[in-house]
Amino acid sequence: MRLPYYPGCTLKTTAENFEISAIASAREVGIELMELPRWNCCGTVHALARDDVMHYLAPIRNLIRVEEMVGEGLVDEGRVVTLCAMCYNTLKRADAVVREDEEKMQKVRDFMERETPYGGGVEVTHLLEILKDLGWSKVADRVVRPLEGLRVAPYYGCLLLRPRGFGIDDVDNPQILERLIEALGADVVNIPFKTRCCGAYHIVQMKEVVAELSHRVLDQAVDAGADMVALACPLCEYNMGSRQEEVKRLFQGFEPVPVVYFTQLMALAFGLEGATGFEQNRPDPRPLLKERGIPLEVS
Amino acid sequence: MMDTESDMVTIYVMGKRYRVPADLTIMKAMEYTGHQFRRGAGCRGGFCGACATIYRTRGSYKLLGALACQKIVEDGMYIAQIPYSPAEKKTYDLDKLRPEAGVFLEHYPEIARCLSCNTCTKACPQDIMVMDYVQAALRGDVEEASRLSFDCLGCGLCAVRCPAEIVPYNIAQLARRLHSRYIVGPAEHVLRRAREVEEGKFEEGIGELKGLDVDELQRRYETRM
Repeated sequence: MRLPYYPGCTLKTTAENFEISAIASAREVGIELMELPRWNCCGTVHALARDDVMHYLAPIRNLIRVEEMVGEGLVDEGRVVTLCAMCYNTLKRADAVVREDEEKMQKVRDFMERETPYGGGVEVTHLLEILKDLGWSKVADRVVRPLEGLRVAPYYGCLLLRPRGFGIDDVDNPQILERLIEALGADVVNIPFKTRCCGAYHIVQMKEVVAELSHRVLDQAVDAGADMVALACPLCEYNMGSRQEEVKRLFQGFEPVPVVYFTQLMALAFGLEGATGFEQNRPDPRPLLKERGIPLEVS
Repeated sequence: MMDTESDMVTIYVMGKRYRVPADLTIMKAMEYTGHQFRRGAGCRGGFCGACATIYRTRGSYKLLGALACQKIVEDGMYIAQIPYSPAEKKTYDLDKLRPEAGVFLEHYPEIARCLSCNTCTKACPQDIMVMDYVQAALRGDVEEASRLSFDCLGCGLCAVRCPAEIVPYNIAQLARRLHSRYIVGPAEHVLRRAREVEEGKFEEGIGELKGLDVDELQRRYETRM
């Protein structure tokens, strides 16, 4: 099944490990992620001001690219797959705004003028939803190296679930990552803070806020006995993974815990060692995996 | 030059009405009306980007952009010249940069404000997909940014129109420099020629030319191979 795939800028820069592991793992379950030609910025943050039509242009143009791909027969359907939680959220909500509001849709079309008008025929999805639709047993069937004994705490953050009505799962008690982790043979470690904020863009100016919020989540995961945290958002990964040094500095006695993308666990369980991308993660999850009896031959 | 009235069109230069031959470029038409270019004219061949011009056609609300040396006048055209865009230009040592997204953000952080509105693309007289190369730069695709912007002359019309106040052509230039420095690498024939110059291969020939009078120089120019 060839599905249109929207990467977004982070997956081409600081989250390449998310992309390579996702593309390889998706292929294993029969999903060919076809990158949109000429995609532009997702819009980064959904415009809350309803008259801010300018900010809808970026996400809507990407949806036009999806319709063009469908029209040219490059993909099998108009469900566009996202990986980055931010891109998912921005595209999904912009799509809903112009579909519900004919006047807004017309304004977007008028502005874009010579460009192909958006037909409103795209469904914005996240890879986790595609996997769920496919069936967890299909995912489990592909596992060649069950992650037995690995204790993984799923973490959702905000943009995959909120606001209500736009999430990929129940906003209060999501289970989609749990089901995936189980399908891969690992143990789910439940943490009540799995939908709390990581600190998001405060990382730009108030690093200590991010350290404090990330610490709450990470500390809870460690306390609950998790070996690692699995997530689906590059900003969460940056704040809780790469910036864990700051948490360590501010909270004495804090034990570092690896933070990985769910797709990296898929690649690992599917036996796609070359596509796990673990070398890009901070802290490095490989020593711990070795400890748990899941050594990586490819480094 | 004799023109019949039917070959003439009416144009407005800075609001003033003129009758000019219909087959002239904006630049030649302005000179026909007695204007003299002191700024905003360079190669006159569509290669230098010095003659950015804003115009509108009769009955249209749209302000369009063109190169004065390339665009043929139209009846009812309203014309204003943009002698140059006083855009900021960063200095950098190419050898100390890396061909990645961070370089663009570091030197031109305003690039992150791109709304993907495509106004720059609409403004480009070279029909370059400006927004696409800005977006390619943002995701660190130096090669694509360089390829898409190859025909950019730096006329500045994109920068004048950008609602996010980005100067796209600066991004384009940096992308092409990074591309040639880190991805394509130096051209062997250029290095070879540079070595020949340094080794004095052309000293004798240039020395001879320096001693010739104008008539002989002209004769040689006209009979050159």
